[in-house]
Amino acid sequence: MMNNNDRVEIRKTHKLFIGGAFPRSESGRTFEATNSSGEFLANMAMASRKDARDAVIAARAAFASWSKATAYNRGQVLYRIAEVMQGRAEQFVQDIQNSEGVSIKKATKQVDTAIDRMVWYAGWADKYAQVLGNTNPVAGPFFNFSVPEPTGVVAAVAPDSPSLLGLVSVIAPIVMTGNSVIAIASYKNPVPAITLSECLATSDVIGGNINILTGDPADIMPWLATHADVNALDLTGITNTELITQLESDAAGTVKRVRTAPADPDFYATPTLSRVRAFTEIKTVWHPMGV
Amino acid sequence: MAFDYAPAPESTAIVNIKSSYDLFINGEFTPGGGTPFTTINPATEEVLATISEANQVDVNRAVASARRAYDKTWSKLSGADRGKYLFRIARIMQERGRELAVLESLDNGKPIKESRDVDIPIAAAHFFYHAGWADKLEFAGYGSNPQALGVAAQIIPWNFPLLMLAWKVAPALATGNTVVLKPAETTPLTALLFAEICQQADLPPGVVNIITGAGETGRMLVEHPDVNKVAFTGSTEVGKAIQRQVAGTNKRLTLELGGKAANIIFDDAPIDQAIEGIVNGIYFNQGHVCCAGSRLLLQESIAEQTIESLKRRLQTLRLGDPLDKNTDIGAINSREQLNRIIDLTKSGEDEGAERWSPACAIPDKGFWFAPTIFTNVTQAHRIAREEIFGPVLSVLTFRTPDEAVEKANNTQYGLSAGIWTEKGSRILWMANKMRAGVVWANTFNRFDPASPFGGYKESGFGREGGVQGLGAYLNVEDPS
Amino acid sequence: MSSLDAQAPATHKGLHAFLAGLPGIDQVGAEARAAALGTRSIKKDSKLWAINTAISMVDLTTLEGADTRGKVKAMCSKALHPDPTDMTTPSVAAVCVYGDLVEAARSVVGDHIHVAAVATAFPSGRASLAVKLLDTAEAVTDGADEIDMVIDRGAFLSGNFSKVFDEIVAVKQACGSAHLKVILETGELKTLDNVRKASWLAMKAGADFIKTSTGKVTPAATLPVTLVMLEAVRDYYQETGTRIGVKAAGGIRTSKDAIKYLVMVNETVGEEWLTPDLFRFGASTLLNDLLLQRQRMLTGHYSGPDYVTID
Repeated sequence: MMNNNDRVEIRKTHKLFIGGAFPRSESGRTFEATNSSGEFLANMAMASRKDARDAVIAARAAFASWSKATAYNRGQVLYRIAEVMQGRAEQFVQDIQNSEGVSIKKATKQVDTAIDRMVWYAGWADKYAQVLGNTNPVAGPFFNFSVPEPTGVVAAVAPDSPSLLGLVSVIAPIVMTGNSVIAIASYKNPVPAITLSECLATSDVIGGNINILTGDPADIMPWLATHADVNALDLTGITNTELITQLESDAAGTVKRVRTAPADPDFYATPTLSRVRAFTEIKTVWHPMGV
Repeated sequence: MAFDYAPAPESTAIVNIKSSYDLFINGEFTPGGGTPFTTINPATEEVLATISEANQVDVNRAVASARRAYDKTWSKLSGADRGKYLFRIARIMQERGRELAVLESLDNGKPIKESRDVDIPIAAAHFFYHAGWADKLEFAGYGSNPQALGVAAQIIPWNFPLLMLAWKVAPALATGNTVVLKPAETTPLTALLFAEICQQADLPPGVVNIITGAGETGRMLVEHPDVNKVAFTGSTEVGKAIQRQVAGTNKRLTLELGGKAANIIFDDAPIDQAIEGIVNGIYFNQGHVCCAGSRLLLQESIAEQTIESLKRRLQTLRLGDPLDKNTDIGAINSREQLNRIIDLTKSGEDEGAERWSPACAIPDKGFWFAPTIFTNVTQAHRIAREEIFGPVLSVLTFRTPDEAVEKANNTQYGLSAGIWTEKGSRILWMANKMRAGVVWANTFNRFDPASPFGGYKESGFGREGGVQGLGAYLNVEDPS
Repeated sequence: MSSLDAQAPATHKGLHAFLAGLPGIDQVGAEARAAALGTRSIKKDSKLWAINTAISMVDLTTLEGADTRGKVKAMCSKALHPDPTDMTTPSVAAVCVYGDLVEAARSVVGDHIHVAAVATAFPSGRASLAVKLLDTAEAVTDGADEIDMVIDRGAFLSGNFSKVFDEIVAVKQACGSAHLKVILETGELKTLDNVRKASWLAMKAGADFIKTSTGKVTPAATLPVTLVMLEAVRDYYQETGTRIGVKAAGGIRTSKDAIKYLVMVNETVGEEWLTPDLFRFGASTLLNDLLLQRQRMLTGHYSGPDYVTID
């Protein structure tokens, strides 16, 4: 591709995002990302079992510090992601147009909504515990309160479309509460995920807190569904019911929490707190009240 | 003369146990098609009654009855009217409280003082609490129009038979679901008495169905295609099997599974209350408690003297007739469970831990296990990792708060934890670090219908009780 | 728990540090434990044994401004033979009176039971040490073999533990061979932590008994307070090998309540304490209820107030 000055453009190598770095796949394999007409866009890293394993290690390490960050800080980090995304908005629009073959108007709407979605969740960081938690009026001289806490390491699959908005809608509620995530980008439309990775790398996200893999979820997810150090699965992007059944069954091995998306999800509508609930745990603390 | 308390048995005259019990389907008792089995008094090994076993046909009938009741009556009632039925049930449970308590102790083996003062009153409280939610669900934080799921399949364990029934049935009915409940095969009697209570309350037929049987009946119930929700309390092993069974269906699932809770005693603990907390944590209900404080973590500086105090205290525990009002430790619920406890304690000895029990006379008949302490236990021992579900305490030590946290969380379970210290900021620091669903600070084994209960990690998911517990039975429309 | 060398005279600085180092008490947990012990069901032989034991532990008490020699003497007769219709009924442990009535009491009870005198400006304790010592010495001279002193709660609450300690030491000296019961007046100390501190303070200063209350302040004896004192006594015994007695005084009016205390003694410090030498009830109306219940146990039917004497 040439630009107006006939200058030969520098192309990007599309890599994975693990532990805050951009490695190639350990497997050395790639797959072709194409546009909606099937034309070549880029060679994407094909994440392997070992890449998934590395991502879990990075995610668990990041969880230790990210889950302890203050709610105010987590909100700011998410907001910072939105700021950086805004700066890359044009590229996101271009990525989405290339990948999904949609109009500039639709692509722009998707990017705007994705950025706004990140801001929406950023604002929840220091509020959701007030809505999902409470004190409990138990029958006795005890102070009793319940608070939501992050579940841990979550493996998530983003939907094919809207590729960016779907990915953001999956990642943001998971990490907002203090979880770490291994997100598998749309296998069909992976390119916007790489730009998002670059936004994450240049914002204040703790390395390893958000990991983005490209590749076939059907290859990667079984490893994550059976991985003992993964606490939960978000199967939003998986529509194959056999694969859902297999992954849900695999999840039972260590009693993972699993969320599937409703049929025909609408990512443009304002979310509920369902995703936040799905990847938080209610902890209830009792203490006597006496002198 | 020494101050030996004379026997003070609670009278069994208040209970009329029938020789055989049928299934409760569509508001009526109806024979099951399976092979009848018996339930025994674990304190005497005497047969209490013969119980119908539900086969596939019966499971189908029960689910169909629940579906019909859901479609025709229960989903059409106002929340206020649903609540009124729950209030009625709560009141009848209070009225028949002593009868329920005696029956529970007979069937389960737990001390009458616990069934009388804990199980039955809290079970009634659960119905009272949830009754009030029935017409207020739109205020519960699940959106403006939360809906029932439909038919709930509920499977409960033998350790708190009626209380676990209440934890399951009360929120399900309050949120507008109908239920098919299967009590444990060794403790079906209070559930069947509860069926009579539903009749006395004029609960519409089919809203509550109770089917009896063992694991196979449970499996058929879980796998029934017309079930919308599965709620299970029991072992992690069975919980995992159920999670696999419902994989790929749209059945909603909550699991309340095993635990291996750390009860952590710092050197500045209110030590006399901590000793009580340790005792209550592991010897309450013969240790048949999923959230039992089965791993005692003692700060090294006070370990020796705390163990000494604990041993002294254990000598005052009274083991024996569950119906005696002075009994602290009742019977182990079944021979199977007793064998498991014997097996695991043997592994403790084989692996080099030091075993101690107070001198205590064991009755000739029935299933009994003396309160036991293992010292010199390390994290690697089976008795420090596996749930024993018996009156067996494993004692470990720690040096610093960080080490206490590390050891407490070093388990696949995450149901509960205990923290004992007089330092307020340390309590909050510790409570924050525990990867467990319930943290008791300077207390242990407290339960209340307003207080959500449930685990992290392999202790399960979903909560029971409190506003959070309602979510397990409500359908909220999510756009994505 | 902090280490303790109870034999050595405590320096005042050490005393402060020692009391501060005692383990805390969680009120809710202590009350729950006391309530749990209160659910023990004592029937048949054990109940009769408990009632007889409780009668033998009563310090039959009159501490009124209106007390006279006549009133005291009548009470003393009852103390010796609580149930004139049944001479197998045990005598009470002691009578407890104001110092000026010790002689009247002793003239009736002779050597059969103890005579306890409240002293040290009972019940407030607001007097100079000299007055307190004289109060004590006179009672002993008149024949009291037990002295129930009050601690200076004002000093205790203001943190002047050494003043409280020194007074107990001095009164103990003035007691000579008479046994010293130290009244903590727990209803004014308010917290169970204070009760534990005051218990240790009194034991270290030489108390033979620690006693809950004067009976003039509400609440007087309660199960949780007595539990904490029994735990202190138990721990003191573990440390020193010396058995200190406990007296629950005031507010215990029924046999049912008294039996709860005996159960608590039994399961907290053990059977060795189930003797009038180590556990007492300070009471007046309790005795009649114990007698009514005793009659009920022995005859099999309920008795009535006209069948016990009112002195």
